[in-house]
Amino acid sequence: MNFAEKTINALADLYQKNSCTQKEVLESLATAVKSKDRDSRQIHAYIAPETAQPRHRKADKSSKLWGIPIAVKDNICVEREEITCASKILKGFISPYNATVIDKLLDAGAVIYGRTNMDEFAFGSSCETSTYGPTRNPRDPECVPGGSSGGSAASVADHTAVASLGSDTGGSIRQPAAFCGVVGMKPTYGRVSRYGLIAFASSLDQIGPITKDVRDSASLLSVIAGYDPKDSTSADIPVPDYTALLGKSIKGFKIGIPKEYVEGIDNPELRKKLVEEPKKIFESLGASVETVSLPHTRYAVSVYYIVAPSEASSNLERFDGVRFGYREAGASTLLDLYEKSRGTGFGAEAKRRIILGTYSLSSGYYDAYYLKAMKVRTKIKQDFDQAFKKVDLLLTPTAPGGAFKLGEKSKNPLEMYLSDIYTISANLAGVPALSIPGGLIGEKKMPLGLQLVGKPFDEATLYQAAYAFEQATDFHRQLGNVK
Amino acid sequence: MSDLNLKHIARLARLHFKEDELKVFEAQVAGILKLVDELKEVNVDGVEPTSHPLDIKNVFREDEVKPSLPIEEFLKQSPRSRGRFFEVPKVIEDK
Amino acid sequence: MSAQVIVTIGLETHVQLKSRTKIFCSCAAEFGSTPNSNVCPVCLGLPGSLPVLNRKVFSLGLRAVLALGGTPSEVIKFDRKNYFYPDLPKGYQISQFDHPLGRGGFVEIDTPTGVKQVVLNRLHLEEDAGKLIHDNSPTESHVDLNRAGTPLAEIVTEPCLDSSEEAYEYLTNLKAILKTAGVSDCDMEKGHLRCDANVSIRKNAADPLGKRVEIKNLNSFKAVKAAIEYEVKRQAEALEKGEVMVQETRLWDDTRQKTFTMRSKEDAHDYRYFPEPDLVPFHLEVSEIEEARKSLPTLPRARKENLMAKYNLSEYDARLICADQEIENFFEDCVKIYNDVKTIAIWIKGSVFAYRAENSDEFKKFGLSRLKPQLLVQLIGLVDAGTLSLQVAKEKVFPEIVRGFSPAQVVKEKGLTQVSDTGALEGWIVEVIAANPKVVEDFKSGKESAVMFLVGQVMKKSQGKANPGMLGELIKKKLKEI
Repeated sequence: MNFAEKTINALADLYQKNSCTQKEVLESLATAVKSKDRDSRQIHAYIAPETAQPRHRKADKSSKLWGIPIAVKDNICVEREEITCASKILKGFISPYNATVIDKLLDAGAVIYGRTNMDEFAFGSSCETSTYGPTRNPRDPECVPGGSSGGSAASVADHTAVASLGSDTGGSIRQPAAFCGVVGMKPTYGRVSRYGLIAFASSLDQIGPITKDVRDSASLLSVIAGYDPKDSTSADIPVPDYTALLGKSIKGFKIGIPKEYVEGIDNPELRKKLVEEPKKIFESLGASVETVSLPHTRYAVSVYYIVAPSEASSNLERFDGVRFGYREAGASTLLDLYEKSRGTGFGAEAKRRIILGTYSLSSGYYDAYYLKAMKVRTKIKQDFDQAFKKVDLLLTPTAPGGAFKLGEKSKNPLEMYLSDIYTISANLAGVPALSIPGGLIGEKKMPLGLQLVGKPFDEATLYQAAYAFEQATDFHRQLGNVK
Repeated sequence: MSDLNLKHIARLARLHFKEDELKVFEAQVAGILKLVDELKEVNVDGVEPTSHPLDIKNVFREDEVKPSLPIEEFLKQSPRSRGRFFEVPKVIEDK
Repeated sequence: MSAQVIVTIGLETHVQLKSRTKIFCSCAAEFGSTPNSNVCPVCLGLPGSLPVLNRKVFSLGLRAVLALGGTPSEVIKFDRKNYFYPDLPKGYQISQFDHPLGRGGFVEIDTPTGVKQVVLNRLHLEEDAGKLIHDNSPTESHVDLNRAGTPLAEIVTEPCLDSSEEAYEYLTNLKAILKTAGVSDCDMEKGHLRCDANVSIRKNAADPLGKRVEIKNLNSFKAVKAAIEYEVKRQAEALEKGEVMVQETRLWDDTRQKTFTMRSKEDAHDYRYFPEPDLVPFHLEVSEIEEARKSLPTLPRARKENLMAKYNLSEYDARLICADQEIENFFEDCVKIYNDVKTIAIWIKGSVFAYRAENSDEFKKFGLSRLKPQLLVQLIGLVDAGTLSLQVAKEKVFPEIVRGFSPAQVVKEKGLTQVSDTGALEGWIVEVIAANPKVVEDFKSGKESAVMFLVGQVMKKSQGKANPGMLGELIKKKLKEI
């Protein structure tokens, strides 16, 4: 039996009934990872699966996540574990400390098992920029799993993980969750501590769960969320039990569909599956669905590709070959050491973003690019404030379509950037957003993701609505996430 | 962006590029900058910039000493160290 | 100086704030620890670590702003200053760019033409860098990050200082204010106060400001003064020769007492400041500001004015006395039990200051704790009563009372009582006259000053014990008898 096929909640039940032991679970997980991750499909969701070691801490069996193995993206620090952001520049780096989310998971009895692959430094939407090679989509290995948390989503979809953690800066949890047919939550900015998450763009990054169904997502977020004195940007707001409202009726919910998100969807099948059918389902559940406007949506990608690379260019300055990580051999001057170590240590996409960000912040361009982008960001945030005066949550596609083929967009960075068009705004505005399986498309029945966007710190409403939709549609079962 | 001086920017960012790499980048980065030029059309008169999505203020920690990291262990993974120090090629000019 | 020029100076002073821990992490902010022992993921700049502002540092910064008469900003935020250097672990320094902790304020200084207000531009908080050690190896430099993250306040003046003397005076007064306000220990040896000077010159007041030269590496007030003087001379000579001045950064070499140009960087500085996204903005309520203001002690300038008004002291005396809180307290305690303010001030300026200057180690250890005000007052009393000559009091008794001995006892034990007995005095006078026949002749030929010389000789002979007030008449009488 492969216990990695279970959901968090199913596994917790088995433990409760003493139907399995932690040892059995971990052994079956290790077997699943080792046999499936590198089989002929070459899914490659994990980095170095052969060396994965379970990490846990003494915890009471009644703890929320007792014995639940969680896979972790390669940009979240685990003490005494190698962590590399899938970059050559960090190969061999051993973190001397735990990220706050890791401490919270261990305290809740969870077992940390396995590092999942990602786009280098989370720069990408396809998981193709990893220094370890690409991850493939378990639904169709010809396709990308999405990115940057591609390994985290693929492992859950492939039943080599019960659940995982990803990070989301512009859609990096939601888009791969959509492509792999699983559930991915980007919490409100400030909901989950960023301490120990290797920063991409500090004002946008959030850690979040990737799971097989909505209930698991709610369970996992309940554990990792909360104020952290080590993160000045974490909010000192109590964490509710996100599972409390699951199963409650959503009758009377007001749902908005932003017209700017859907007016450009020309493909009738996509339009039907991503807009019309979900609308009908929510209406059948008693919610009212109306069209709303987020007028500055069209600028979101531009704002994002100034703000995110600018912050990234600065966040990545610490990778200089001086104290840790990769250093080019034989550099005889300091300048040489910096330029060669960074020039060789970073991959092409990382370099591209560093250049873009350095340029946006450089003297003479700051006002036209960075400052302007931060002001337009305010407009984008105000759009959400306005919309949420009218509706409780927003319903949009997660991505313009299903998973694309490996190599399809990697030659054209701009086209790749545009695949995040629906997810970016939530990061800019700091609001929570959740992707759930919303439909299946094509012969191979590839998953399509549906995104629910909520008011700040109102993850509970998103889960309530998402759970109602999940129960009504059953896509999670059709995809085999829950058997 | 006709005035994109990629070599200057690469130097600021301390990134070494091969010449042919530089050419590809120049075109790609110029393409992205062309896209973001659309921001010019947005009127932001009187709009405050958002550097934080949330309205949190005044976050402090107390002035209490906590244990530091044992450096000996950490230095083992340093690309180059000597005794208790990190080591770099001689810095000739001062700041 | 080669030519008359108008000098304009602005100073940027970095002051280490007196907190236990670093500005953004919980490592000890200590001087002289084992290399790389006060480091953690935050101040090592490890991936994933985040800064959190030290409350104490913020409140010390606020105290400094208020003590200097500045205004705290409405919105206070931090920014990143990006540059690569091995002593800067994150590749950026967390500093403040456009919303510093405070703006404005001034430091009053005394100039030959009167009191001048040195106007401050701003005070902002930032983290210090680590240290590079260059002399361990001919080919490598070594990085110690203990100092990385030490809290600093940078205090920037307007370009309003006109001379090296004014700069020196400004720093002296700034230090006194910051020390009194309790925001910094201002220990120069530990690098608590470091300075950069911007110097420019021009020929005529109507000319625009000259090209600004920034001098770095100034670790003492003396160095600031010397570097400015050197730089003014260098620039004036260059101007004379018709050379084109360039805006540049120069380093002060304290051993060679000259500035030299830093090799031009491979790229121009472009710090790419932007708001630090890992920290939130800060805002002070008016009540918090007022509370902090109320908790400030009386600052040196106000204390000086108090002294002048209360005791009718000269400005000069008052300034000397209030420059050190302990001295000032001592002065006031003496005045309470003895009302001759002038005499007490003279003793403090003379003997007490001389003792402090000559016995710095002892003074550091004990200060004035062993010299009780009563002891000095008793000593003055003995002089007034004629029991002790001033000279003996200063030279023989004072060095004992600073160690806690009673003056009366010292006088008794050492037999230092002033001799006013005519017989005894005449004995010395006879001996002195006999030994100086030439002086006696001078007197006879009308030189009155010969008497003064003989008085001196008697004092010497009596080891200062002879009552000088009685000697003049007695000597004249004796001379006339010859």
